[in-house]
Amino acid sequence: MTDKFKKAFSLMTVFMLMLTGCAASEDTAALEEEEEEIQTLTVADEEYYKQLQGQNITLNVYNWGEYIAMGEDEGTLNVNEEFYNLTGIKVNYSTYATNEELYAKLKGGGASYDIIIPSDYMISRMISEDMLCELDFENIPNFSYIMDNFRAPEYDTENKYSVPYLWGTVGIIYDSTMIDIPAEDIGWDILWNEDYADQILMFDNPRDAFAIAELRLGYSLNTCDEKQLKDAAELLKEQKSVVQAYVMDEIFDKMGAGDALIAPYYAGDALTIMEDNDALNFVVPDSGTNLFVDAVCIPSCVKNKLAAEMYINFLCEPDIAYANTWYVGYSTPNSRAYEKLDEDIINDGISYPDDNYLSENCETYSNLTEEANRTMQDLWTDMKSTDKTTPNKWIVPLFMALCIAASIAILIARHIKRKKDIF
Amino acid sequence: MKGISSKAAAAPYLIWMAVFIVVPLIMVAYFAFTDESGAFTLDNLANVAQYSNIFIRSIWLAAISTVICLVIAYPLSYMLSGMKAHTQSTMLMIVMLPMWMNFLLRTYAWMAILGNNGLLNTLLGFFGLGPYKLLNTQGAVVLGMVYNYIPFMILPIYSVMVKIDKSVIEAARDLGCNSVNVLFRVILPLSFPGVASGITMVFVPAISTFIISRMLGGGGNLLVGDLIEMQFLGNSYNPNLGAAISFVLMVILLLIMTIMNQFGEDDTENDRVLM
Repeated sequence: MTDKFKKAFSLMTVFMLMLTGCAASEDTAALEEEEEEIQTLTVADEEYYKQLQGQNITLNVYNWGEYIAMGEDEGTLNVNEEFYNLTGIKVNYSTYATNEELYAKLKGGGASYDIIIPSDYMISRMISEDMLCELDFENIPNFSYIMDNFRAPEYDTENKYSVPYLWGTVGIIYDSTMIDIPAEDIGWDILWNEDYADQILMFDNPRDAFAIAELRLGYSLNTCDEKQLKDAAELLKEQKSVVQAYVMDEIFDKMGAGDALIAPYYAGDALTIMEDNDALNFVVPDSGTNLFVDAVCIPSCVKNKLAAEMYINFLCEPDIAYANTWYVGYSTPNSRAYEKLDEDIINDGISYPDDNYLSENCETYSNLTEEANRTMQDLWTDMKSTDKTTPNKWIVPLFMALCIAASIAILIARHIKRKKDIF
Repeated sequence: MKGISSKAAAAPYLIWMAVFIVVPLIMVAYFAFTDESGAFTLDNLANVAQYSNIFIRSIWLAAISTVICLVIAYPLSYMLSGMKAHTQSTMLMIVMLPMWMNFLLRTYAWMAILGNNGLLNTLLGFFGLGPYKLLNTQGAVVLGMVYNYIPFMILPIYSVMVKIDKSVIEAARDLGCNSVNVLFRVILPLSFPGVASGITMVFVPAISTFIISRMLGGGGNLLVGDLIEMQFLGNSYNPNLGAAISFVLMVILLLIMTIMNQFGEDDTENDRVLM
């Protein structure tokens, strides 16, 4: 989700590879210029956006890093700037890296945001904790562009609190030059394959990691059953011996630099990294996967709800939704933006899997019960902290006993010395 | 008169200390002993027990790093203190130089050096060796700690050593001490205050680090710092447990520092740095 950052790193990596004398020629060739892109903005109802003009309103938008079109490339739109030009509402834009960070910020109080874009399971958690405002869809006419299968999703069953922004699937990115298995045979079990021990990366957050284990076991990704969670944890423990590292965004540079051969990854980010590295390939296993949706919501601490709804409506403008999906690389739930996409993107088999696969084999996260959340967290910490090379547990008490004994010895020695000095 | 003016001059820091050190400490203690609703509980502290192996690993790795730092820094400081004033300042600057660069970047650079396709393994590859697994191991974590914290060991030891009066050493030799005796009976006791504060300044940040273990340990070698971070920004949002873990860590550090103080207690108490 931090594409610019990643691009900079992949450039750095290329540079490093050249320095170390590896073949980097293929990588540099892949960095060819992108074809020219010209984006324009036309909105259907300009009057609607003029309602709050001249009131000097500022909207606090809190989004993922690199998750909105900034108009950095020639001819592309800068969403926040266009919004200001149209409505006169200033956008105060800031970013976060994880759903949990967003949650902690809002829960801790003190922060005030008008627009947030959490993922599915976090939305249902926030709904259950009364952290979101109900939306007035009268003010969001562009909701009509949202595709039917993204309406009333599991995480917001009555579709009262959220408007889908971007979505994607989780799959496996791997180095096709080093792995001889044909793409159609690659399933989640490859992440446990001992032939590639120490070449496998794994997600460093319990929800995503457990989901992969649950996919392998054939369980629901939203299971709250303690036994099933324990089975998944057992499987993750088993995996630990072949895992090189538990990482999130670092997957990008590690895979790009060839430090690892296999990793689970998000489709949109995988496409970005593949642009720069021909050896890499991405598959979404046939057996099924997680479909994630990031949706726009208004937190209950909102200052100006109408302005916030106007912003949501603006994000649903076909031109804006297209600019965002073009820039971010994730898939769009907006039917009109989808129509504008290049044939290559629609048919690349990654961004837009067919509807049948989406409905039959994909599952979206929803909120787990508090108890299941805690169980998962405990099992995860336990999995991460068990380690064969951990020293004997008597070392610390022994070490402390030694320290105390030594200090007492010194005290006594000094005492005797002082006595001697006196006489 | 002097008393009043020095009090006034210290006021800004005293206020700073009250607001940003004492109050947060009280808040940590408050969170550690309460549950979500704010009622008194000891459950948080009891729950810390299940992470004892993480505590053990943190103490262990921090202790190893501290010892390595000491072993490297002590002879270097001794050598430095004997050099010409001009050379000394140049050498000191070289010691400090890495600290001018961002901490994260320095640690990130080690990832590029130690990786499977990193500089070191590529270099070894030319000689037909490896590749060895260097990154994502506990060894890499220790290396990161030593690399990042060693200036904090060198500086206090060095600053104590330059203050040792050369005539004391001459007198010892005059009275028949050989080199070994000079080192163990004169220099070592005199430099002890520096060693003690060096150990504190390396051990304390090393035990609570989380970014080094995350970047160089591959996420499979959790340290206390990682555990605390998980409670505040990670999936398990539980500030109360996080505060309890921090609290336990503070008590452990307090104990270790008290023990350290025992060693340092001497007639030259006023010379001691930091403690």
